Amino acid sequence: MSSAAAVNAAGAALLALATASMLVGVGDLSTEILLASRIPRTLALLLAGAGLAVAGVLMQLVAQNRFVEPSTAGTAQSASLGMLAVTILAPDAPVVVKMLCAAIAALVGTLLFLRVLKAIPLRSTLTVPLVGIVLGGIIWAAATFLAYRYDLMQMLASWSTGDFSTVLRGRYEVLWIALALTIVAYVAADRFTIAGLGRDSAVGLGLDYRRVVGLALTIVALVTAATVVTVGTIPFLGLVAPNIVSLIVGDNLRRSLPLVAGLGAGLMLACDLLGRLVPYPFEIPVGTVMGVAGGGLFLYLLLRRDARLG
Amino acid sequence: MIETQELTRRYDKAAVVDAVSLQLPEQAFTAIIGANGAGKSTFLAMVSRLMPASAGRAFVDGLDVATTSGDVLARRLAILRQDSAVTARVTVRDLVAFGRYPHSRGRLTAEDRAQIEDALDFLELAPLADRFLDEISGGQRQRAFVAMVLAQDTDHLLLDEPLNNLDMRHAAGMMKLLRRAVDERGRTVVAVLHDINFASCYADHIVAMRDGRVIAEGPPEVIVTPSVLEAVYGIAMEVVSVRGYRSVHYYR
Repeated sequence: MSSAAAVNAAGAALLALATASMLVGVGDLSTEILLASRIPRTLALLLAGAGLAVAGVLMQLVAQNRFVEPSTAGTAQSASLGMLAVTILAPDAPVVVKMLCAAIAALVGTLLFLRVLKAIPLRSTLTVPLVGIVLGGIIWAAATFLAYRYDLMQMLASWSTGDFSTVLRGRYEVLWIALALTIVAYVAADRFTIAGLGRDSAVGLGLDYRRVVGLALTIVALVTAATVVTVGTIPFLGLVAPNIVSLIVGDNLRRSLPLVAGLGAGLMLACDLLGRLVPYPFEIPVGTVMGVAGGGLFLYLLLRRDARLG
Repeated sequence: MIETQELTRRYDKAAVVDAVSLQLPEQAFTAIIGANGAGKSTFLAMVSRLMPASAGRAFVDGLDVATTSGDVLARRLAILRQDSAVTARVTVRDLVAFGRYPHSRGRLTAEDRAQIEDALDFLELAPLADRFLDEISGGQRQRAFVAMVLAQDTDHLLLDEPLNNLDMRHAAGMMKLLRRAVDERGRTVVAVLHDINFASCYADHIVAMRDGRVIAEGPPEVIVTPSVLEAVYGIAMEVVSVRGYRSVHYYR
């Protein structure tokens, strides 16, 4: 299949999924339901899916490791902690302000992760995500303690499991920031790919490495915060989409980034649809479906990649 | 012109590179030799701005590497590091194309493309151009990185152990190629080499380091002698002359 045909087929699949997402639901299809609920939900799924996949690939290039993404590097947990803190300190702040606080916390958490990694002398491919998971666990414990003290456990739970059932018009628009950041990432694609060659090669080619890494981490933090705030944490998507695309077209972002974003959006839609259809008329949150489907897919990729390298 | 003044790198109190002042000859092949831990790679890393100096300065064409902006230096100085393991999955051609980044900023012109193909041919990589880096051998990957550095088209090339991972045929091929870069294109090549015989047969100038200091420098006739080499490596060396080149025997 030529690459143009592949892109067309992928686009058609995405469109079909989006259409299905607008048609599936309890309650009769009316213009009001479409405008208030189905279209916002579908858009939110597309935006969050594309954004998280792009955040995942950027993180992987910066950490020089295929197996990190916001939920395995302490980023998502830090965003939740930041969100919790701002909810306690300034409960009436507008959602954009809360999201920015969550983004700053996410950035700090990610920098901490990279700092801890630097201090570990021998790192194998698999210790890197393990360190991130441990760090995320510690941050999550702190958040849980705080939430317990301030009686906000329910709120914390809503950030921990990605769920689009509450997405309505007026409650998801922060996610458009994910689209804007995806475009920024595409514009700077060459710089990110070169940064992915490692610091020494990047500096040798005249790149301001610190600035490029800073930009990548800012994008990651903002996308993560925007999704955590609106729909909650969605695991594995940032791992699975970039790894599949990498196997097919490689990591030159100029070529792969649109596919990463598209696949992320598609997987998100598919998992959400599955969660809506299987227990119909009830729902399983997309975070849970992704945990199972994405986790399985990820395990497959892990074993396959190792087999090929070994 | 590459010049250093009292260039120093300390870890805690121990100096790994200790006040090295050098002027490396232009349009010539300089080999840096020395035992493990002599400070060769650290010296090269400081000159190529990958590592900050603890004291002293390094200049490329009169530009202080510590204060000159990265993209200006990238058009004058290309570097090859020891470790070319990469997690990013890019093709050989993509990698070589990134060598043009300092000039093209990602928008390749016809001239850029010609340089890329030229570098691929120069390293006999054309048949592998569309393979991913994780699908080729370590030696092929090493050559791909050298092709990237050549495509960067700079007057100065700094290479940290360019013969790593290469078998004898490709090691000799690499040295011939670096020699050609000097003779045919007027480049200045500086390479850290562990194989003293390659340094002796190909270099114009040899810098010998020990314990962070330069203990001798000069053309191969001056450096490749039993007395100098024993001072550098601390083992007995026998030097013989084969076809006019000095060759060192130290194997047993």
